[in-house]
Amino acid sequence: RPTEGVAADWIDVIIRIRDHRDETAFVTLFRHFAPRVKAFLMRSGADAALAEECAQDVMATVWHKAAQFDPTRASVATWIFTIARNRKIDVLRRQRRPEPEDLPWGPEHEPDQADAIGLQQESEHLGEAIASLPRKQRELIEKAYFGELSHTEIAQQTGLPLGTIKSRIRLALERLRHAMDRS
Amino acid sequence: MTINHHLTDDLIRSYSAGILPEAMDLIVATHISLCDECRAALCAQDAVGGAVLERARGEAVSDACLDRTLALIRGSDRAAGPARDTRKPDAPHDPVLPAPLRDYVGGSADAIRWRPVGMGVKQAVLRTKGDAKARLLRIPAGAAMPDHSHRGIELTMVLKGAYSDADGRYARGDIEIAHEDLHHTPVADVGEDCICLAVNEGPLRFKGILPRLAQPFLGI
Ligand SMILES: [Zn+2]
Ligand SMILES: [Zn+2]
Repeated sequence: RPTEGVAADWIDVIIRIRDHRDETAFVTLFRHFAPRVKAFLMRSGADAALAEECAQDVMATVWHKAAQFDPTRASVATWIFTIARNRKIDVLRRQRRPEPEDLPWGPEHEPDQADAIGLQQESEHLGEAIASLPRKQRELIEKAYFGELSHTEIAQQTGLPLGTIKSRIRLALERLRHAMDRS
Repeated sequence: MTINHHLTDDLIRSYSAGILPEAMDLIVATHISLCDECRAALCAQDAVGGAVLERARGEAVSDACLDRTLALIRGSDRAAGPARDTRKPDAPHDPVLPAPLRDYVGGSADAIRWRPVGMGVKQAVLRTKGDAKARLLRIPAGAAMPDHSHRGIELTMVLKGAYSDADGRYARGDIEIAHEDLHHTPVADVGEDCICLAVNEGPLRFKGILPRLAQPFLGI
């Protein structure tokens, strides 16, 4: 069972789901993330029943799209956050969600191990940085990402060290582009 | 391709949080399609969202919910077979329209249904929900958009050609963020027609009497 908050362990869980359709791994993932996804949707305005239904869909999507997870660009928590956010826009705001064009990809693309490890470490640092913030600021960030602040209110909250994680991702993107150019 | 004018952090953050009107999501997604700098910034913002979710206090989920989810995944695995990377490669690359715009236009650049709006300028309004409006604009080479200001923020991204206004020059991939107070007259480069995506929070306000009359036809 993954230790709370250890990003790399969740990647193993996703790989077990992807390669072995491992239901035990899925149940572990579900017990950790489904309640959080439900809370996220309730704070965005869904009632308990709708939030549970959405959490169900989000977790099923994780199962189906396990092969699309890219550990050089996101932690498992981040990936689930983006799926839950898109579900929220779809169900609660009833609007389309234009997504950026995907980078060229193919089955031959194997994520670079060093990039993946670096990103997971940065994700954990980020989590620790958020946890150590004064309560008021932490609550503000929670509100911003749980959709409880408007676009203009959101401008005010910053102060997180995003520089290192951003350059990690930038590096991974460059390597990916480079690999594509060669193939 | 060098992009000199980027999205702001708070726009990227708001896109990550999923709180923007659809037209603004569209221009953010279009810019990120061409810009790795802002793509990395978005991944970083999403990472904050992930970290917040990871540490959030959960709401109890019933065992019945887990059972339903298990039924859901077993059912569809039987129907579809085991997980594969099912993403389809994006439709053939289009030199003008990145993928998110192709979805809204329903094809590549030649599928755009242009409508003349006067002074040689053409536009195509894209269907989006919410408070902001998105349209494609085509300014003839060397021509100017009527002098105007904005009731809200205006985002303009160049897809083909280039234009200049008092604030600078904008070429493919560049995004201009014009605030409420800005009065400007974008002028297309002489070499070729300029195609851009423009998103407005509020209606434009034109300065001259003629464009004011034309405003109802512009639909903005
Ligand atoms: Zn950019
Ligand atoms: Zn303008």
